[in-house]
Amino acid sequence: MIPASYFFLLSVVLFVLGIIAFFLKRDLITQLMAVEIMLNAANLAFLALAKSSNFLDAQVIVFFIITVAAAEAAIGLAIVMLIFRQKKSIKTEDMRSMKG
Amino acid sequence: MMILLFFVLSVICVGSVLGMIISKNQAYSALFLVLAFSCLGGLFGMLGAPFMAVVQIIIYAGAIMVLFIFVIMMINLRKGISPERKKWTLAVSAVISVVLLAELVFAVLGTPPMPYTAAFSSGTSPTDIGRLLFTKYLYPFEITSVLIIAALVGAIVLVKKREKE
Repeated sequence: MIPASYFFLLSVVLFVLGIIAFFLKRDLITQLMAVEIMLNAANLAFLALAKSSNFLDAQVIVFFIITVAAAEAAIGLAIVMLIFRQKKSIKTEDMRSMKG
Repeated sequence: MMILLFFVLSVICVGSVLGMIISKNQAYSALFLVLAFSCLGGLFGMLGAPFMAVVQIIIYAGAIMVLFIFVIMMINLRKGISPERKKWTLAVSAVISVVLLAELVFAVLGTPPMPYTAAFSSGTSPTDIGRLLFTKYLYPFEITSVLIIAALVGAIVLVKKREKE
């Protein structure tokens, strides 16, 4: 049987990789993908907890996280489309109209 | 055997996330992410959650990433994004992520190992999750459906081209 800490370590590595991707990438679509990676790392940690503590509610929470992630992706990509129509660019360097 | 499968899946998962970070093309990033989410689905199955594994592969690797690929095709940046990042963001993000990684690994290794309870070894059937979802979590479930409808209508209203009056 695989120890639960292996799954936690994998979840930690994925979460940190998501943060690195969010900071390094310079376009809005890939940054949204980085957010999805972080949500998946949280899902993995929840399921490892569900397995090790025999607590079925964690799986229901993962179900809700996946649903919210779907809604977030739909709205986020719609906003990206709007920004692209207005500015003809999705690079974060070009979003400086609110900079003081 | 299971431990070998775990290492293979996790190496493919981390490797494809690294490939997503390295690749310049957004469509390749999305395809790398499909591979990573499929491997995560396999890991969910190993954790005794077959329903969540199937949901992960159908919703994440199927629906959400197809949505990303559709938007990448509609935006259609031919040249790709030029990597004109500033030097200090790389250094700052490296420092922040190393500190966060050390902190989280320390937290994980510091907690006492939890033994698996014997009753759980056979895995959970989707019937149990469905029963929990429609009894204890009935109100959150219904609110989630309202959230999905709101997201759907919101996305349509945001993206729709307005008619010139």
